[in-house]
Amino acid sequence: MIRKIYMGVFALLGAANANADWTLNMPKGVTELSAETYEIHMVVFWWCVGIAVVVFGTMIYSMCAHRKSKGAVAANFSHSITAEIIWTVIPVVILLIMAVPSAELLIKLEDARDPDLTVVVTGHQWKWHYRYQGEDVAFYSSLARSSVAARRRGSGIDPETVENYLLEVDKPLVVPKGAKVRILLTSNDVVHSWWVPELAIKKDAVPGFINETWFSADVVGVYRGQCAELCGMDHGYMPIVVEVLEEDVYNEWLDRQKGSSNVAADGDVR
Amino acid sequence: MSTIVADDHDLHVDHSHDGPVKGWRRWVYATNHKDIGTMYLIFSLAMFFSGGLMALIIRTELFTPGLQFIDPAFFNQMTTMHALIMVFGAVMPAFVGLANWMIPLMIGAPDMALPRMNNWSFWILPVAFSILGSTLLMPGGAPASGWTMYPPLVLQTGDAFPFLIFSIHLMGLSSIMGAINVIVTIINMRAPDMTLLKMPMFVWTWLITAYLLLAVMPVLAGAVTMLLTDQFFGTSFFLAAGGGDPVMFQHIFWFFGHPEVYIMILPAFGVVSEIIPTFARKPLFGHDSMVYAASSIAFLSFIVWAHHMFTVGMPLTGQMFFMFATMLIAVPTGVKVFNWTATMWKGSMTFETPMLFSLGFLFLFTIGGFSGLMLAIVPADIQYHDSYFVVAHFHYVLVPGSIFGLMAAVYYWLPKWTGHYYNERLGKVHFWLSTIFVNMTFFPMHFLGLAGMPRRIPDYSTQFADFNSIASIGAMGFGLSQLLFVYVVYQCVRKKGPKATTAVWDNPQGLEWTVPSPAPHHTFDTPPRITSKAAFS
Repeated sequence: MIRKIYMGVFALLGAANANADWTLNMPKGVTELSAETYEIHMVVFWWCVGIAVVVFGTMIYSMCAHRKSKGAVAANFSHSITAEIIWTVIPVVILLIMAVPSAELLIKLEDARDPDLTVVVTGHQWKWHYRYQGEDVAFYSSLARSSVAARRRGSGIDPETVENYLLEVDKPLVVPKGAKVRILLTSNDVVHSWWVPELAIKKDAVPGFINETWFSADVVGVYRGQCAELCGMDHGYMPIVVEVLEEDVYNEWLDRQKGSSNVAADGDVR
Repeated sequence: MSTIVADDHDLHVDHSHDGPVKGWRRWVYATNHKDIGTMYLIFSLAMFFSGGLMALIIRTELFTPGLQFIDPAFFNQMTTMHALIMVFGAVMPAFVGLANWMIPLMIGAPDMALPRMNNWSFWILPVAFSILGSTLLMPGGAPASGWTMYPPLVLQTGDAFPFLIFSIHLMGLSSIMGAINVIVTIINMRAPDMTLLKMPMFVWTWLITAYLLLAVMPVLAGAVTMLLTDQFFGTSFFLAAGGGDPVMFQHIFWFFGHPEVYIMILPAFGVVSEIIPTFARKPLFGHDSMVYAASSIAFLSFIVWAHHMFTVGMPLTGQMFFMFATMLIAVPTGVKVFNWTATMWKGSMTFETPMLFSLGFLFLFTIGGFSGLMLAIVPADIQYHDSYFVVAHFHYVLVPGSIFGLMAAVYYWLPKWTGHYYNERLGKVHFWLSTIFVNMTFFPMHFLGLAGMPRRIPDYSTQFADFNSIASIGAMGFGLSQLLFVYVVYQCVRKKGPKATTAVWDNPQGLEWTVPSPAPHHTFDTPPRITSKAAFS
């Protein structure tokens, strides 16, 4: 119990000053919906903390006060319909309070209509393929060479010396800032899952089926994620990098890519 | 009911001696519920250490970034085998062992209803796990697709594939037979005055668990059989190229898988419901509402399966349904926690090892319940799914949940089994070490998951290094602490502790405390009369 309290305090302290290497909480992310996801996560978290304080507090008080060594004599009550009704109804009310905003957010997350840009993402063992729908642009995105060299057992390279170890690719997905990007997901072999925490997106890539999700990033930057569904030996080695650019920079990038084949280009795109 | 036993000639002979046959025949031909219970418990302990060793291999590799000891393919074999062994080899058989030992003693029956099937259902298990273990030596290695066995990945398994399927069939067979035995025993062999609502909570939760097993183990068998025919007989149940659907497997698997998690926790609820009243010296609060809560949990467990699959691409209405249904489970689970708290309230508590493990269960399982509630919220779950947050969640409900429940049960009933007390001081040390290390192992995993670390990866980005190191040290500590448990149990079995009284504890309620310690080989040859008014409610 003491451990539990200590851990709880630890979590609270940490949430206040998050450090890069000791990240304790979910990122707020760079989309409207990622911020809302973070909000709902925190709302439910604080409800849990509140309930925990009441329930654990009662237990701890009871363990301190009602112990035989302090001469406590056992009462003999064994049931109370009133109590049972109270602690059935109160949780139901709390759940309803949580359920409404969750459902509202879910509806928004599922609304992928009227996108500005559609990218077809295909999972492969073990890399991603991106095809910009309506543009003659398509390429593979695989683990960057710096990480490939360091990841082998006995490589002699300290991962600490590799920038963005296992989270860097040779060619990232590039999208314009503020555009509604629709992601259509499928797979060439087994089930994969496309996850970028800062965009609050995770969706499975299922062979033979097409899944849909979307995001609209508000901040220029590079956002990193990984395959989230076990897909075989190199499941841990197929990262996702999304680069969000200003629209004019993005358009220049797109022009340079026109006519790119399905073979991964080695070009330095940034 | 006792005619079954009386007709059995071998057992009848046993009766006149009132002792087991000597040598290996006692165990191989075992039909006595206590002997079979003991074998189940020893087997599950062996599996607990095998699966634990695999967990330690995983945590050793994850201690620092970069690959130091094992390759990714073997890493995946370890995560898969660890889960299969812990779920089907450690937790489930351990609870069946407790059921075998305690249900007849708690309901005043002379034995389980179907003693020979009991023998069969135990002895299948070593065979099943030998087959599963042998896959480690096969070309292509052991199964590496996770215990969830999602196609098409699982179809890439090497020679191990049919052996995986066959061993799961055997485990399912064993569980179904065990469940039938429990149901028949409880329904038909209770002492004359014991109505259903007078049954102890452990018997109740096991009755519900047995029905869950009966309902879902055939579903698992069907799912893996479809995998088998997809692989070898040209069907396309789960292959999109042939018109099948890989996601269909996930639906079928989790239709089994979600009731399965309650199969692993409901008996622990029962154990805790026995122990807290004993050490609070106060009857269980709301016995009947506990029964209804457990039944509601069991019912709800059948209609929430797709919450394991919120990222798989379901219709909006489907996601809504499974979110609301999942949130509902918090209500009966809350009722149970509140009732346990009310049982402690105004009691006269002492804190022997079984009570400590039960209280550890109460706090830490509830933490797992909170993260479970968070996981039910679909928008948030999209972030948590398949991350270390999920790993933290299910280990909180399985280790300080199910495993602490098992530990509590063993300490609680060990004096009844052996006739001697265990070393109380070492038991308490075992509890505190386990509790500290289990939190050190699994609490940081919440942070890792929220920060974006996916599960089932052999290597990770350097930003995740610190919490992984802490978790790995915790895991080593937890693993080593369990050796102390073995030592305490061994000492007790060797009769090193003081002799136990018939009641063992301070006026505990229940029929098992009316037979001598150690419990004789045969008990309740004639059904007991229940005279005590407060015995069961």
